[in-house]
Parts: sequence; C-alpha cells; structure tokens
Amino acid sequence: MQGFAEKAVVVFSWIMTILLCLFVFLFIGYLLIQGLPSLGRELIFGQADPLQALLGRARVFDGIFPAIVGTLCLVELSATLAVPVGVCSGIYLAEYAGPGMKKLSGMFFDILAGIPSIVIGLFGFSLAVFLHNHFDDRIGPCLLISSLSLAILVLPYIVRSTQISLEELSPGIRRTGLALGANKLQNITYVLIPNALSGISSGIILAVGRCAEDTAVMLLTGVVATAGVPSSLLSQYEALPFYIYYISNQYTNPEELAGGYGASLILLGVCAFLFMLAYGMKKHLSYWTLYRA
Amino acid sequence: MIFSRETIAKNVFLFCTLASTVTISSILLFMIALGLPLFQESSFLSIWTGPWDPYQGLYGIRPMISGTLWIALPATALSLPLSLGTSFVITSLGGRELRRMLGALVRFMTGIPTVIYGFVGIFLLMPLIREGFGGAGMCVLAAVIVLAILISPTMILFFSDSLLSVDPGDVQAAKALGADRAQRLLYIIMPKALNGMISGFILALGRALGDTLISLMLAGNAIRAPRGFLEPARTLTAHIALVNAADFNSLEFRSIFTCGIALYLFTTTAVIAVRFIGRKKSVMQ
Repeated sequence: MQGFAEKAVVVFSWIMTILLCLFVFLFIGYLLIQGLPSLGRELIFGQADPLQALLGRARVFDGIFPAIVGTLCLVELSATLAVPVGVCSGIYLAEYAGPGMKKLSGMFFDILAGIPSIVIGLFGFSLAVFLHNHFDDRIGPCLLISSLSLAILVLPYIVRSTQISLEELSPGIRRTGLALGANKLQNITYVLIPNALSGISSGIILAVGRCAEDTAVMLLTGVVATAGVPSSLLSQYEALPFYIYYISNQYTNPEELAGGYGASLILLGVCAFLFMLAYGMKKHLSYWTLYRA
Repeated sequence: MIFSRETIAKNVFLFCTLASTVTISSILLFMIALGLPLFQESSFLSIWTGPWDPYQGLYGIRPMISGTLWIALPATALSLPLSLGTSFVITSLGGRELRRMLGALVRFMTGIPTVIYGFVGIFLLMPLIREGFGGAGMCVLAAVIVLAILISPTMILFFSDSLLSVDPGDVQAAKALGADRAQRLLYIIMPKALNGMISGFILALGRALGDTLISLMLAGNAIRAPRGFLEPARTLTAHIALVNAADFNSLEFRSIFTCGIALYLFTTTAVIAVRFIGRKKSVMQ
C-alpha cells in the first residue's frame, strides 16, 4: 500500500510538471504566432518617418513609439529616485544598524514588498490629489507621481538585495581591509561594495523589470491612451503595459489587436531578458521579488 | 577630515533608511485619513460586511471581499498541486539536465508581465470557456485559471528552495539505508522542509489576493458576490482600479480606501505570519 502511494506521488509529480510546461508553451507559442507577423517598423512608428520621430520632429499617431518612450522615461525616473535611496539604506542596514534596528526594518521592508501594487498606486493617486488641492492645481496624476510610486514599489528589492549581498560576504574579505588600516567607510567603498556588486546590480535590474511592467500602479497615477511623447514631468504619458491593457479592452479592428500582440511580445522580451539577466548574475537573491503582487 | 566624512556618510545612510521606513507607514496613514469620512458616516462593521448599494447610501465592501476570496483561494488551491509536483521534479525526481531546464523555465515565468497573462487569457482562454460552459466568458473561472499559473512560480521557487536546504547528511543516511528517491523525498525531505513550504504557500496566497490585472481583465467586474465559478466578480483590487476619479469627495469614492486598508491588512498579516514561521524554523535548527 505504501509502495503504491510512493509510486502515485511520482506519477502525480510528472503529470503536474508536464501540465505546467504545456501551459507555458501554449501561452508563449500563441503569443509568438499571433505577434510575430505584426513586429516591424510599422508597429512602432506607424506612418511617421522613424528618424524624424526619434528626433522629436514628427508625432507618431498610430504606432507604439510614444508608449515605448513613456515606459523608458518612467523606468529611468523611478530608478533615479529608488536606486540611491535603496542602496544607501541597504548599506546602513548591513553595516551600521544594530540587531534591533535590523529586525524592525527587515519587517518593514517585507511588509512593503507584500503590499499589492494597486495600493501603492492608490497612495500615489491620493498624493497627487492632495498636492493638487493644497499646493498647485497644475499638479495631477503625471509622470513624476507615477515614477515616485514605482520607486516606492521597487524600493524593498533594492534595499534587501543590497543588504543581503553585503551580509553574505565572507569575514575574510570583510576584515582584510580593516586589518590593513582602512577605516569603515573606505572598507565599504573600496572592498565590500565592489565585492557585492553582482548582487546589488541584480537587485537593481529586477527593480527595473518591475517598473517596466507594473500596470496597476500606472493605471491610477496618470497613464493615458493618447498623450504622445511626454513633454514634461508633470504631463500625462503613455506606457507599453497600459497600451496592452487598453487594446485588450477597446480594440476596434484587427490591426489594433495585432498591434496589441506585437506590443505584448516586445514587453515580454524586455522583461524576460531583464529577469533572466538578474538571475544569471545572482541566483539566490531573487526569491523575494516574488512577494510582490 | 576623514572622520567627518565617515560621520556624514553614516548619517546619509541612516537618513535614507528612515525615509524608506516613514514612507511605508505613511501609506497606511494616508489611506486611513482619506477613508475617514466613510467611517464616520456609517458604522464600522457595516463598511466591511455590509452590502453595496449606492442608491441607498450603502457602501459596504462585502461583495468585493467575497469576490477576492472566490478568486484567490481557488487559484491558490489549484496552484498548490501544480507547484508541489513541479518542485518535486525539480529537486529530486528529474535528471540533472531536466532540473536545470525546468528551473530556468520557472524563473522565466516570473519575468512574464502580469498584463500579458491577462491579454493572452482574454484571447486564448475566454473563447474556450465561452464555448465550453456558455455565458460571456468573463467569470471567476477564467481569472482562477490564469491566476493559478501566475502564482505558481512563487510557490515552486519557495518549495524547491526549502526542499534543497534540507541537510544533505540526513538524505545520504536515508540513501544508505536503502530508501529510493521517492521515499527520501516523502519521509525525510518533506517533513523537514515543511515550514519553508508553508511560507511559500502563504506568500503565493498573498500574491493572489493582491493581484489586480488578472481579475480586472478576466473576472467581469460586476459588483455582486459571486455564487459560482461561472459568474462575474469584482475583487478589492479591481474595485480600486476601476474608480471614477471625477468626484473625489463622494462616499462612493471613499470606499476604495476601505478596500485599500483591507488589502493592506490581508497582505501584512501574510508577511508577519511568514516571518513568524521562519523564526520558529531557525529556533528548531
């Protein structure tokens, strides 16, 4: 009887594995079949001349160029906001903080990593409304607010990956610099950070990947269907993931739908590449990216 | 000179840490402050458990809580066997090459954007459900299936990680006593890895509760507690996403903050539970 149960577990495991692989391949295969034909210059630039569009002289109306630019701006801005703060916090927690502080802030960052992204979007939205009512009525949901919310969203990945990769360093590396007469700050900047760099950068890459794909935050903080290339920090913008969401809801003809498949394929390519790159650099750091909903 | 630089650096680092911590607390405070008018308007309990009927001035979020549970719990339950089986194959049953490839596949899955799961769900799964079961296709079932696949990498990675972290000495001892792969897995590795696996399960549940895009795109978003898998439902997250920002001061609008608070509490409880389980594990070792 026991033997039977053991065999059953083995068979069950294989069936489940095959099922999962089947799902994923069906999924990717479907996307490839539908999306590949639409990839091309037309998809990105529409009828406009690519060179003119890149130089900002021509507006692109029926391509996803503005959405790509919007996504890049968003990622760039959020990374600028989140990376310095995150890395510094990580260094403080790993090198300076006492055990009590470590424990408390560890819990704080775990909680932040667990908050659903829509709640962080809601926070950004309320912040925009608050600023609008109390300071300047030109402020509304915009590129800046979105980037700020996304920065909050990805902050825990950067903090924890920095902290963990510094703490993982062997005591040998940690003490050599000090023994040679370096002070604590010199030891951190010249020895510890260079040694932990692969872990820290894998955290940053994961953060960038999340910024590029998190639709829920953008949904509440200023993304719109048609805005063109963003002109200022306070303007609304287009983004690739929102474009996909919008098309799935509002497409009116097969060409638009094909554009949605093409955009999905591009976004999938970018995000999958970033995630695989991060995993390749540091295998074990990434579990808690997955806390995020 | 060097001393002062050291102090400055330390204070900058400390400031960043404090700024990040303050941000996290302010998210909750912000939501409570903005949701306050609703709490004053109706009794505390009725906000959470009461019905949704704007014409009667009732803004209970029970239909949304029920929708969230109807989607998140079955999705996690469906994902559990898938993840268990796959993590068994990844950690002990498969050959070396297969394990490596499966591991890469699961990691790749974590990199697939949520909106793309939703997009493919609409155009691939929805027609199948429409043909198979009838109805509009936008229903709890569609969201459950896609969500189960979405959260499975979380569970698989946590499961395999805790299965692999069992002391190899114990496993070798069982091997020396003649236990085969399945026996080692079931009687030696599994019991020792149970705590870590429960953590993974809770975190995946947290992910399912907090996911916005899948239920928004696939579940139909009707404000009514679903009574079956083929009925549409609206989750807490989708309710926030669908808010109409035209009237910031209306009570209907304020209700999204109660949803926000509910989600915050759900996921915070999950994280604290996981930390508690983790601590118990380290004490035992």
